[in-house]
Amino acid sequence: MTDSKYFTTTKKGEIFELKAELNSDKKEKKKEAVKKVIASMTVGKDVSALFPDVVNCMQTDNLELKKLVYLYLMNYAKSQPDMAIMAVNTFVKDCEDPNPLIRALAVRTMGCIRVDKITEYLCEPLRKCLKDEDPYVRKTAAVCVAKLHDINAQLVEDQGFLDTLKDLISDSNPMVVANAVAALSEIAESHPSSNLLDLNPQSINKLLTALNECTEWGQIFILDCLANYMPKDDREAQSICERVTPRLSHANSAVVLSAVKVLMKFMEMLSKDLDYYGTLLKKLAPPLVTLLSAEPELQYVALRNINLIVQKRPEILKHEMKVFFVKYNDPIYVKLEKLDIMIRLASQANIAQVLAELKEYATEVDVDFVRKAVRAIGRCAIKVEQSAERCVSTLLDLIQTKVNYVVQEAIVVIKDIFRKYPNKYESVIATLCENLDSLDEPEARAAMIWIVGEYAERIDNADELLESFLEGFHDESTQVQLQLLTAIVKLFLKKPTETQELVQQVLSLATQDSDNPDLRDRGYIYWRLLSTDPVAAKEVVLAEKPLISEETDLIEPTLLDELICYIGTLASVYHKPPSAFVEGSRGVVHKSLPPRTGSSESAESPDAAPSAGQAAEQPAVIPAQGDLLGDLLNLDLGPPVSGPPLAASSVQMGAVDLLGGGLDSLLRSDVGGSPAMGGSGFTAPGPAAPAAMGAPLGSGLGDLFDLTGGVGTLSGSYVAPKTVWLPAMKAKGLEISGTFSRQVGSICMDLVLTNKALQVMSDFAIQFNRNSFGLAPAAPLQVHAPLAPNQSVEISLPLNTVGSVMKMDPLNNLQVAVKNNIDVFYFSTLYPLHILFVEDGKMERQMFLATWKDIPNENEAQFQIKDCSLNADAVSSKLQGSNIFTIAKRNVEGQDMLYQSLKLTNGIWVLAELCIQPSNPSFTLSLKCRAPEVSQYVYQAYDAILKN
Amino acid sequence: MCFQQKMIHSLFLINCSGDIFLEKHWKSVVSQSVCDYFFEAQEKAIDVENVPPVISTPHHYLISIYRDKIFFVSVIQTEVPPLFVIEFLHRVADTFQDYFGECSETAIKDNVVIVYELLEEMLDNGFPLATESNILKELIKPPTILRSVVNSITGSSNVGDTLPTGQLSNIPWRRAGVKYTNNEAYFDVIEEIDAIIDKSGSTVFAEIQGVIDSCIKLSGMPDLSLSFMNPRLLDDVSFHPCIRFKRWESERVLSFIPPDGNFRLISYRVSSQNLVAIPVYVKHLISFKENSSSGRFDVTIGPKQNMGKTVEGVVMTVHMPKAVLNMNLTATQGSYTFDPVTKVLAWDVGKITPQKLPNLKGIVNLQSGAPKPEENPSLNIQFKIQQLAISGLKVNRLDMYGEKYKPFKGVKYITKAGKFQVRT
Repeated sequence: MTDSKYFTTTKKGEIFELKAELNSDKKEKKKEAVKKVIASMTVGKDVSALFPDVVNCMQTDNLELKKLVYLYLMNYAKSQPDMAIMAVNTFVKDCEDPNPLIRALAVRTMGCIRVDKITEYLCEPLRKCLKDEDPYVRKTAAVCVAKLHDINAQLVEDQGFLDTLKDLISDSNPMVVANAVAALSEIAESHPSSNLLDLNPQSINKLLTALNECTEWGQIFILDCLANYMPKDDREAQSICERVTPRLSHANSAVVLSAVKVLMKFMEMLSKDLDYYGTLLKKLAPPLVTLLSAEPELQYVALRNINLIVQKRPEILKHEMKVFFVKYNDPIYVKLEKLDIMIRLASQANIAQVLAELKEYATEVDVDFVRKAVRAIGRCAIKVEQSAERCVSTLLDLIQTKVNYVVQEAIVVIKDIFRKYPNKYESVIATLCENLDSLDEPEARAAMIWIVGEYAERIDNADELLESFLEGFHDESTQVQLQLLTAIVKLFLKKPTETQELVQQVLSLATQDSDNPDLRDRGYIYWRLLSTDPVAAKEVVLAEKPLISEETDLIEPTLLDELICYIGTLASVYHKPPSAFVEGSRGVVHKSLPPRTGSSESAESPDAAPSAGQAAEQPAVIPAQGDLLGDLLNLDLGPPVSGPPLAASSVQMGAVDLLGGGLDSLLRSDVGGSPAMGGSGFTAPGPAAPAAMGAPLGSGLGDLFDLTGGVGTLSGSYVAPKTVWLPAMKAKGLEISGTFSRQVGSICMDLVLTNKALQVMSDFAIQFNRNSFGLAPAAPLQVHAPLAPNQSVEISLPLNTVGSVMKMDPLNNLQVAVKNNIDVFYFSTLYPLHILFVEDGKMERQMFLATWKDIPNENEAQFQIKDCSLNADAVSSKLQGSNIFTIAKRNVEGQDMLYQSLKLTNGIWVLAELCIQPSNPSFTLSLKCRAPEVSQYVYQAYDAILKN
Repeated sequence: MCFQQKMIHSLFLINCSGDIFLEKHWKSVVSQSVCDYFFEAQEKAIDVENVPPVISTPHHYLISIYRDKIFFVSVIQTEVPPLFVIEFLHRVADTFQDYFGECSETAIKDNVVIVYELLEEMLDNGFPLATESNILKELIKPPTILRSVVNSITGSSNVGDTLPTGQLSNIPWRRAGVKYTNNEAYFDVIEEIDAIIDKSGSTVFAEIQGVIDSCIKLSGMPDLSLSFMNPRLLDDVSFHPCIRFKRWESERVLSFIPPDGNFRLISYRVSSQNLVAIPVYVKHLISFKENSSSGRFDVTIGPKQNMGKTVEGVVMTVHMPKAVLNMNLTATQGSYTFDPVTKVLAWDVGKITPQKLPNLKGIVNLQSGAPKPEENPSLNIQFKIQQLAISGLKVNRLDMYGEKYKPFKGVKYITKAGKFQVRT
């Protein structure tokens, strides 16, 4: 006899019949009836109508029947709150039962009934059970506190259950400890601010002891809890790691991964020179690899996590490439993840094996997998330079297969290879062109068009090829249209004589017949560029492109660090921080890796220090994919170009104008070979200074050329308004007001001398006292005519920094003596530090990275710049005017990070990290400098520049 | 009032034809319609094995495993460790297997009440409560034909009414008061070779996945220690919780108080290439002619490095390309089948005798007009070698402390093919 009998029904109403049976006098019949009810429940049938009848069966000595009734109650109590009250008495009674199993069962079930009225009655029994003599009851009660907290948090706090729960962390039974930790973690998750899990070395020690003794599930809770602890120094971190490592050999993969999380996190604090650090690295590899021999679902989660781990610490698995080789019957989700990790681990040492594998995969059946494999070959070429040639020839072999999607993927990656190794593999273009007709995916078409445009001069029939695409211009996707437009303009600039018609055609298609604003705007830009100054156009459109980065789709470093803290969780599977996707996560705390120890100061600001360090490791990655439209215009036109920029007349003149002077000058400069400009003196911004173009474009296209010419270092730094330095009453009628400025590398003291006395003043002279930066007048103070009463004269006094040096306090204090025919007057003033920022203060990225790391953390200073509403681009261009150079910009979860450098006249470098949140007018400025005493004054300069 | 469920909110069991045949909710009831997202993913995946294990829906996450033709789909509401859930689901499936002899839809439906009681016992508020088979069996007795007859006569139940003894001790995996008349301890050292062999016959990748499965029927509280002749082989090991890690670290001895009955003592991995001997080789010639709608198929399997032991239970399966209509082959040994729908060729070879190597040879018929298949099928090989652990692992001795009696001890070795693939 099996339970399937419970599913059979008679013709008479099922519920009706069950009702009769439930109310039967015979115990056995009752039990059978409840079983039938449960069976209906298991398949999702609504049997809530039987609630009173089932509850009536609750008072019984038969444990099985009791359990079954409890099962039913948990399912339906919520929908029948009034009826559920009927059960309370039995619960309360059962909580006093001599059998611990029944006590535990009662308190456990009661907690599962999510009815407010019941919770009131739950408190007393729960309090008793938390202190029960039997650990089984205590551990069940611990979980019950979490349940109750979920229903009524206030009640739990008022009743003091949280304190009792905290006490249970010191319980003698490891299972009770584990459950208390689990319950506290759950409660703490919904109250991030409450300091529930007050972890200190003593409680950590208790947890570590319990870790060895409790069940596998308890171990997971404890390990996850440990991961939130911040050890006070590297010694403590190491001792915790030592006690956690045995968990790596646990049979339960979730235990292993939680242990990996703790180790990865605390490792951050260990010095790399430590022997133990190396030992730990070695210990981490085998368990991770072992996870890959588990069931495919486990493999998938493990692989997603390994993907994070190899990005953070590639050294762990660098010798384990082979375990990621794909088996043909792996599920597709495992295959794709393995492939990703293979590329991340690819290096010169193993590239031959990897390539052989990838080539094998490219002939498999699954289309998605094959595509990714082909793409992976391209990524290897870009990552491992020595393999590029082999990769390209592999790709060519694959193109020869003529399998449509393989060809298309190959062309997309070859485009990236061209970007990475210019002028090296262009001989393959002919082969690519043969496959032009088979390309039907936008990405592949766009890639091919880019190649044709970029290498137009080497392709004899480039014009025909592009023309063939032009026929169906309006049916193409935007990606292809934009690319086609750029490619034809490139072609025109390279072969102006034969392609005038073509370029006119595409410009008119883009500007007049298209509804797409991006396309139209780009069309106008080209048009205007070509018509005004074709030479400039050439420099802009055909500018040398920045190289693409080696590794693509790396996770942004701060996010990576956060995700490392979430190893083993859903966040690690989705590679997004939990705040980004978990519903109802209330005030999720951002986790961050602990800083490496050694400096007590950095421990206080754990958020700032490591993230800045990490960030510098990967400066400004330019993704290889997706920037097909990688030409300069597209990259740099940051701010939106507002409104239709051209007046009607300019549209009309376009076609005529374009071929008038434009073509002539283009040809002229070509023939003459001279670098003579078209007259406007326009210099195209090279790729090296993209940021320079960013900000000032807001006013529209018309201004483009004027502005770009003017942007940059020529404009001079910020000049504060003049203030009175020497009031007339202190200087016998001579009033001096002034300010400092810096223009084109020279510093000036701009003075206004006013004669408020009744007599004429003459014979002016000026002298500076020794000062911190050796500022001194570069020329005598020249007042050409005597100064009559009530007369003012403006003087610009050039300064240099070759005077004698003496450290002043404040640092930027300048003591000045001015003499005239009446007397000698002294005053002192503070000069803004930015007049000392030199024009060649832009540091190389590598240099920046190295220097940032090199300068000890104690030298870092943090400041707040309040009430500043500029966006990152505006900030960057504004600062650049004052010789603060932006080296890299990154966007981290919506906030912009600018990495900047500046150099003082005396050669001191200052490195800055400026953090800008869009909604927050308060910026955070972190400065690092070998002479930390200047930081404060640099900050003042920042503040002054940004606020004016 | 806010709503948050830490772990598993609900569980749905779904069969291959997409029927939800069991649901269990640990908190409030979640509508079956949440499974629609799962069905959608299943449809997209085409093959049942390819359904992604983690699926996000607007309000929940679905984490699933596929075991024995059943999808175990759990519903999650907030951030959880997915491995935790997946491990737990596998444990549920293991428990069903343990209780009912098989983990199948019929078995589950036939024992639905026990299933429900088990699920309730295994998880409380999303926290795993009792997942050890020993403890569960004390709480809920597994069904036996005899017991159900007895129960129906005596009216007694299959629910234990005392607290399981192991539940809270430091050795939760063992119950107290175990008694046997014959005291026995058996260990099976089972090694599986995972390998990828390339076209030319050289090994691309090979490793050994080994386990020691134990069947311990010893009275009282025996304390065992198992030592190996060559423990150095084991450098990547996962242990059953019963094993004392410290002892292993310092002496390389497995010291433990065993659970009662069947359990997996350790699993290990041997990856060092020179230790992984490949016991068979395959000679193959599979080719498709251009424009002739036919091809040739010729495969021979031979023994290699089998340390004088016989390779038996050899089965080769091949997923042939889609364009293959039929195959006309002759096998010198064993029998073959070709399923024209799934395109799977299976050749049951049996034992390999070195004197006469098994060969399967013949013509492949392709769809006329279809292009020549691009992909080359991989050959999946299964085999077994008795009395051999291919890694060379050998048990030295088993000692028992804590009890007076003399147990009967036995160790068995077996090597099998795991994921053993030959590319052509």
